[in-house]
Order: sequence, then C-alpha cells, then structure tokens
Amino acid sequence: MTGGWQSALAPGGSSADAILRLFWPTVALLGLIWLAVLLVLAAALLRRARPEAPRRAGAVVGAATAGTVLVVIGLTLASYLVTRPISAAADAPLIVQLRGLQWWWQATYPEEGEASGFVTANELHLPLGRPVRLELSAEDVIHSFWVPNLAGKQDMIPGRDNALTFTPTVPGVYRAQCAEFCGLQHARMALLVVVEPPEEFARWRAVQAAPATAEALAAEGRQVFERQPCGACHTVRGTGAAGRTGPDLTHLASRGTLAAGLLPMTRGALAAWIADPQTLKPGNNMPLVPLSADELQALTAWLASLR
Amino acid sequence: MTHDRRDTGLGDLALEAALRRVWAAAHGLWGLLATVDHKAIGRRYIATAFGFLILGGLLALAMRWQLSHPEARLLDPDRYNQVFTMHGSNMMFLFAVPVMEAMGVYFVPLMVGTRNIAFPRLNAFSYWVYLAGGLLLWGAFLLEMGPDVGWFAYVPLSGPQYSAGKRADIWAQMITFTEISALAVAVGLVVTVFKQRAPGMTLDRMPLFVWAMLVTAFVVILAMPAVVTASTALILDRLVGTHFFNPAEGGDVLLWQHLFWFFGHPEVYIIFIPAVGMVSTIIATFCRRPVFGYLAMVLALVGIGLLAFGLWVHHMFTTGLPRLGESFFTASSMAIAVPSGLQIFCWLATLWGARPRLAVPMLYVLAFLFTFVLGGMTGVMVASVPLDTQLHDSYFVVAHFHYVLIGGAVFPLLGAIHYWFPKLTGRMMGARPGRWECLLVFAGFNLTFFPMHILGLWGMPRRVYTYQPELPWAGLNLFASLSAVLLAAGFLLFFWNAWRSARHGAPAGENPWGAPTLEWATASPPPPWNFTRIPVVGSASPLWDSMGELTVAEGLRTDRRELLVTSVMDATPEARESSPQDSIWPLLAAIATSVMLVWSIFTPWAVVWGSIPIAVTLIGWFWPRGTPEDES
Amino acid sequence: MRKPSRPRPAAGVSVRQAVPLGLVLLALCGCRREAREVRLDPPVAAALAGVAAMPNGIGGRPPEVYFVLGKPYRGNAYQLSEGKRLYAWFGCPECHRDGEGSGRGPSLLDGWWNHGPGIETIYLSIRDGRPGGMPPYRTRLTHEQLWQLAGYVQVLGAYSASAAAPGRSDQVQSRPAENRAPARFAPLEP
Repeated sequence: MTGGWQSALAPGGSSADAILRLFWPTVALLGLIWLAVLLVLAAALLRRARPEAPRRAGAVVGAATAGTVLVVIGLTLASYLVTRPISAAADAPLIVQLRGLQWWWQATYPEEGEASGFVTANELHLPLGRPVRLELSAEDVIHSFWVPNLAGKQDMIPGRDNALTFTPTVPGVYRAQCAEFCGLQHARMALLVVVEPPEEFARWRAVQAAPATAEALAAEGRQVFERQPCGACHTVRGTGAAGRTGPDLTHLASRGTLAAGLLPMTRGALAAWIADPQTLKPGNNMPLVPLSADELQALTAWLASLR
Repeated sequence: MTHDRRDTGLGDLALEAALRRVWAAAHGLWGLLATVDHKAIGRRYIATAFGFLILGGLLALAMRWQLSHPEARLLDPDRYNQVFTMHGSNMMFLFAVPVMEAMGVYFVPLMVGTRNIAFPRLNAFSYWVYLAGGLLLWGAFLLEMGPDVGWFAYVPLSGPQYSAGKRADIWAQMITFTEISALAVAVGLVVTVFKQRAPGMTLDRMPLFVWAMLVTAFVVILAMPAVVTASTALILDRLVGTHFFNPAEGGDVLLWQHLFWFFGHPEVYIIFIPAVGMVSTIIATFCRRPVFGYLAMVLALVGIGLLAFGLWVHHMFTTGLPRLGESFFTASSMAIAVPSGLQIFCWLATLWGARPRLAVPMLYVLAFLFTFVLGGMTGVMVASVPLDTQLHDSYFVVAHFHYVLIGGAVFPLLGAIHYWFPKLTGRMMGARPGRWECLLVFAGFNLTFFPMHILGLWGMPRRVYTYQPELPWAGLNLFASLSAVLLAAGFLLFFWNAWRSARHGAPAGENPWGAPTLEWATASPPPPWNFTRIPVVGSASPLWDSMGELTVAEGLRTDRRELLVTSVMDATPEARESSPQDSIWPLLAAIATSVMLVWSIFTPWAVVWGSIPIAVTLIGWFWPRGTPEDES
Repeated sequence: MRKPSRPRPAAGVSVRQAVPLGLVLLALCGCRREAREVRLDPPVAAALAGVAAMPNGIGGRPPEVYFVLGKPYRGNAYQLSEGKRLYAWFGCPECHRDGEGSGRGPSLLDGWWNHGPGIETIYLSIRDGRPGGMPPYRTRLTHEQLWQLAGYVQVLGAYSASAAAPGRSDQVQSRPAENRAPARFAPLEP
C-alpha cells in the first residue's frame, strides 16, 4: 500500500521522512474529529428529541469551537516545526543544477574538487547519506520538481532561482515527475533519481564527465548522427555534435529511460523513438528525421553503445 | 397626487388585477427578451448554469474514460488539455458562481419580501453577458480552439510566447464576461438586501440565506477585480506586447499567481457561502426550529468572508516564497476552520434538539455534512506547508477540492433545488426518485473521489493526459472511472426527476414544507409582483410566529411598478420607489458589450470602435422618459 | 448530411441545413488557424521538399501538398510559433538579431526582400543558403521545419499583422511584437 517508486508514503530521504512523520498523526487526529462529527450527527438523528436547555447547548458549541481553535494552533505549530529542518541549509551539500524545459530535464553537475563538471539529462544520481542541494530553474514555462519518495515539490520558475535541499537515506531508484502543468507533454516529463553508495556515485560521475568512448567514436552510426540534423540540437562530447537545445547524449545508454521517462532504455525503444517521436510523445520538440533502414540500424546501435 | 391609485382599501382581486397590469411582462418573444423580472431571469440563469453543469460533466466523463487505463488513446494530449481546462473554467465560471448568484437573484427578493431585485435592468444585462461568455467559450471549444492552459492559466505558459493562437485570449476574455455579470448581480443583491427588506425585517431577523448572499456579494465585489486586472494584463501582454509578466523586462511571473489566487481563493467561498445559507434554511425548516446560534452563524459567515482574502498564498507554497510568510498563511488558512467548524457545531446543535424530517433536501444536507467535513479535514492538511509540498498539484488536491466543492456546494444546491422546486415551478419534485438520486450521487461521488486521495499520495500529478503501466495507478483509476458512471447516473436521475416533476409533479401550495421565511408567503410560483401586499415582519421566522396571518403594509401605488425602500439597519419604511419597466436595452447593451469584448481578442482598436455601440445602447437604456421620482 | 434535392418545405431546408453547414464552415476556418498538426505523415513531409524553383533560386512554386494542407505555414498560429522557436534555436539571431539584422545578415523587418517576398523563395534561401554569407540549413532542419521557419520569417517582415502571428517573446525587446506588424514600424531602406 505504500505505492512504490513514486510515492510520498515510502520515504527514502530526510524531507519526505519528516513530512510523513507529520502526515500520519495529522491524518489520525483529523480522522478522529471527522468520525466524532459523524457520530454526533448519527446520535442526533437516532435519539429521541428532547429539547435541550439552550445554555447547555451553547456551552457545548462553545467548547467544540474552542477545541477547534486548539487543534488549529497545534497543527500550525507542528507544521512550522517540521518546516524548519526541511528548509534549513545543509553543510557541504552536493550541488546539482536542474533545469526544467518543455518537456525534459537538464542536470548540470558542477566541478567539485577533482571531479570535473558535466551536463546530463533526465536522470540524477545522488550519493547516499550526503545532503544534496538542487538549484532549480526553468528555461521556458513553470515546471515543478517532485520526487515524492525523497522530498516535497519545489517549482521551477522562469526568472527566479529556487533550491531544494534534502538527504537521501535509502538507496534505490526513484521516479520524479513534473508537477506543474507545463503544456502539451506535461504528463511525459519524468526523471529518474538513483540513490547509490558514495563509491558508486563517484564512479558514475567519472564516467559521465568523460567524452564518449573511443570505440563508440569509430562506429558507423556516428557518421549518420553527424550527417543527419541530430547534432543541431544534441551534444555528444567527443564528436562534432554540439547542439544545446536538446538533451546531452554523451552517455545516453547509461540512463534508465528514454525521452524523459517515456520508455525504458533499450535498442528497440531507441529505434522506435527516432523513427516516430511525434506518435510516442505528440508535440514534443524532436522532429521526425527521415532515415533509411540501414541508417536507423547503425544509429541505434551506436547510441546504445554510448554508455 | 390622488389617493385612489394606492392599494389602500382595495379588495384582493381588484388589487391583483391592477398589479398584473403594471408588473406582467409582455407576451411573446419580446416579453422574453425584455423582461426584467428577477424570477424570470433567475430561472433562466439557473437553467443555463445547469446546462453548463451537464456539459462540464460530460467533459469529466471523457477525462475519466481517458484515465481509466494507462496509455489510453481516447483523447490526444492537445484535446485532453483543452478538456480539462474547459472542465475547470466551465464549472467555476459558468456553473458554480453563476448558479449560486442565480439562486440569490431568484430567492433573495422573495425572502426579504420585495417585488423585484434592485437594478433589475442591470440584472437582465448580467444574464445576457453571462450567456455570451458561455457561448464564446463553448463555441471556441467546438471549433477546436478551446483554451488549453488550465483554468488558472499560469503565465508564461498562457503568455504570448508559449500559447500560440487565440486559445488563451478566449479564456481571458471569457473571464471578463463572467466577471462583469457576477459584479452586476452582486451590486443588485447588496442593494436589495440593504434597502428593500420588508418593514420590520431588521438585520437580526434576516434569513441566514440572505445573510449568506449578502456576504457572497461583498466577496464578489472585492475579489473579482483582481482577476479582471490579471486577465486584462494577460490580454495586453499577448495582443499589445506589454510586459506585465515578462521577467526579462521587469515583469514578474508570480504576479499572475498572486492576482489570480487573490481572486481564486475567495472564489471558493463565493461558491461555498451561499451553500451554507441553503443548508441553514433546509435544516431550520425540517427541524421545525430556527438554526441554533443565529448570531454565531452570521458572525461565522462574515468571518469566512473576511478570512477568505487572507489565505491565497496557500496555493503558492511550492513557489519558493519566504518561509516565515508561508507560515503566516498556514495559520490563516487553518484559521478558517474555526468559523466553518462553528457552523457545523451549530447545525449539529440544531439537529440534536429536534426531530428532523428526513425529506430529500434533508438527505442532501446529511450527504453534505459527511462529505464537506471530510473535505474540510483535507483542507486543513493542504494548509500546512510541509504537507502541502507533497500534496500540492497531485490527485490528493483534486480529491480535496471536489470534496469541498461538490460535497460542500453542489450537494446543498441539489437539496435546495428540491426544497425550492415548488417555488420555482409550482410543483413538488419527486421524492422517491429524489431519494435514489441522492443515494447514487452520494455513493458515486465518494467512490469516485476518495481513491484520488490515495492516488495523489502515490505520486500521481494533476493534469496528466495519461500515465505509464509501470506506475501503480491503474487499479484505482479504473475504480474511480467506474464509480464516475454511478455519479453520472445519479445526476441523470436528478435531471430526469426535475424535468418530469416540472411537468407532472404534484401541485404545491404556498408553503408545502411549513417553512418560516417570506418566500413561502406567496403563491408557488409567485406572481410577477411577488407579494400582493408587502408583508410586515416581526420576527426571524415570520410564518411560524404570525400564526397564519401575516400583517401587511399598504399605501403603494397601483398604477406603476412600485416597491418599498426601508432603512439599512431596522428596515423602517423610508420611501416608495419606482421599479423599472421592462426594456430591450439591457439585451442590446449586452450584445454591444459582447461584440466589443470578442472583437478585442483580435485587435486592440476594438476597444475604441466597439465602445461606440455600447455608448449608444447605454444612452438608450438611460434616456429620460419623464417619469418623476416621487417620494412618500 | 441530407441531400438538398429531397423535397421538403423551403423554410425547413434553409434553416435546418444552414445552421449545421454554417457551423461546419466556421469549424473549418477555426481548424485552419488553430489546429495543431504535430505529426505529418512521412510521405506528406517528403513531398514538402518538392518546390519548383526558378533556376536562379528566386521565385517558384510551392509543392502541391502545401496547398492541400491549406497553406498552414503562413496562416496557422501553431506552425508560426514553431517557426519562431526554430528561429531562436537554430542560430538565426547570430546574424539577423531579433529581425533587425546586423553587419552579417540583412534585416528581416523592413519589408525589403533581397530575393523576393514569396514564402517559397524564403524557403529556398534558408534551405540552400544565399551568396553573401547565408548558410544552407538543409542538413540541419527537416523540410517541415524549413517551412515553419520560412513562414515565420515572412510574417516577421509583413506590413499588416495577421491574427495568427506570434506575440512578443519573454525576452528583452528590441522591436514591436510580430502581431504588431513590425515592418510598418521599421524605417524604409532605399
């Protein structure tokens, strides 16, 4: 009943955990009040009518109202107390810049110590147990970053800088989704968040920062990629393709999903996506580029090798 | 001034004949278009609003069908976005607010014991403008250019760069239409309540429904200008190239959200407060005693009306505003639970000391209590900043606001339609189908919307046209979609019942329920002049306390439309005031206004050239006709 | 639709058929300007390449399919806004700025067309490039995109604003928005 990898009820991070610890007592308290109201209602309907002395009824109504005031004050304080740790700044957090675009996510891991910076898309990797500070921005319209298992949502608003700080506490793969209506493909704007031990994270980071591997660069698909318009929008580091309006594809095949969470990353899905993006995700900004069967074969084989 | 034209000493039959001569609308089409009778217009308003409810409900069914299984292809994303935008805009702007105001238009003059609403021509104008706004929106949708930016139309998505074509302009201009009509009605209601109450109906003898409509009217007057400002700024950005919402030129994206929710949250109370009045009215009648704690109820209504303006920011908890400010809005949002709770307790106290008769309106009130209190509880949850960061823009919120809007407003409205049906049509609404319909609507509603709480907690965001099979949402979505059929069946039964009862229902007398308020002191449906003689009120429940014989005031003229103006506080008679004749000018003015507003979607010059016909119609409307305003 | 030849009272025919017919006509007008065609069938998209160009690349005739589609790249708001997006994405502002031009590329706003104002000529200019520095874009854009961009560029330099033209961008402004007909505001060049 906890709802899995995109659920506020299965926390894997500090914020989501704190919120859930406020959530259940609140539900219990309010549920009890609701039941009490219904019980009084049922009793009022079932009992024999005896005109009450108005003064007594007045006292009861007054007491109930005073009780409401107390509950409201209590919940306000509780919510304030939970807000404080959630929004507190963390020591030496991992900083990741996440940018929302119609309809995908661009993640920038800045240079940190010896680790060099890089740009990737639609997948975040976070080290277990280390606070992370996501710096959120938007390219075009308002988006909202929501990974329910880890933290509450935070909007990405053009012209404003927002941030979200939390500490992942349970390793796993979580799914995030855009929570603010952002146009035609709002439903298809998802992101995977992989929480992994720090060593694995460091390995991943080193691989992502490197350009595409040498054997990949020798492949035939690379020529297709460079001959066709792909490079006008996409970057593959190490090739001539340096477009910036589409997702960075340097390590495309290392990601779990394709097209912002639309399809699992397989060669078949890649082929389907390239062959007809507007049927799979109507209205997205990837054009249907006509390719011959051989070109499509070579291209998908090459893209699938970009690990 | 001759005294033989007054009603003093005239026999009932002679008086009615005289009143019919001056108050009845002309026969035929002309009479339909020119009437300024608040009952004709109110009925029209209610019927139109329910028509829009049916259309919006069909859209909801289409959405439920689309979401009933993952990767469904009934609606493509473009169509789905139009459908959910239409559903929200239609239900809020074309159904909920107008229908509540329409109930006020019909019943407030009757309940305060006057012969017509104040500014009846403005009232007629408001209906025509409202109708034009609805036709604009639905016409656009049928032409595949329905708005697709959500009923909240957040910039920059609805702005000039990201919303091609005229879709967002049509949404923004529809707002202007409905706001003009809502403001016009609100002004009429306020003046009717303040200046036209029957003699003796002091403020503390006013029925709670009238209090509710008064508070609603004030909330409308204070809240609506914010959204008119916002939508006008949006149109200017889109059409003229201004920079209200362009951050690069010093505009602000969040300005839209502040303006929209400064209206948008009071909007919820514009819908809910009249429902409170309806519930109070129904409970009093079927418990055969006044609602417990009249003063507390009135203060709670006023308190809700005031607090409504202090909590718009709880729609923006995830936009990154300063935390301290957010905590203030948590407190104010939760504080509204206090007056709402007080009302619930007063109703419970009323029921506790009585033996309520469980007629259909009362069943709807029970459904309301069950559902609305639950929606109120989830409302307290979304008022808390940390909880809201998880719940906001998820299906939990969809569940929450349907609980408070359908449970809190539509259930009382359906009950009120059952309750006042005799006064609207002269016939009783079928009780047997009524019980079934109430059961179906209640069960269907809860089965449809309760699972959405869980879907939201499981991470399902709002406004998605589909979802993937690897997410665990399919089962509950299918369940909700099937339950929606039950809900739709309940509504179908309601409409069938109303349709049949209006033709073949048992004829109702003046006061079939034994109710205490003045609308039941005249025929069902009331004659065009409402009351043959203006009643005089000596208590808050005049029909219970007068033992069958209501004292009446005399001295009004019978050779023209005339009503009594009384003082604001104590309702002591101050003057006799003429009430306007039927006129075609409100319709013509509404047409001219509509032409200007629709035209201005395409060019800003329409505001200049389009105002000429408006000026002409207004001059016609107010052309002096040499009727001296005489005073008593 | 009933056949009009079917005998019935004259008034009935006109009213009952005029209303749906009028609605259909209106719907067609609405569709043309507001429809959002996001996916062309590949053969249709391929046919868009078939411009019959004059030998000097100035003037010609758009392919038949352009007319069959209803000239969407000139009058459809969605296609024009796509063109506007491509204009920014594919580096046009590098030389043409927001349309006002620079030392490296001519102005597109002044209503002065070096190679003629026809949409097919603008299409050819973008596709094949022009002497004097305009590079060819045929390897970077699909034919549909080329048409979208050409339509947008034509609207950019129009003297009278079309109702389908895009509004201003969410950026610093250097000229009136496209739907204000910038060419009318631009100084006329000799």
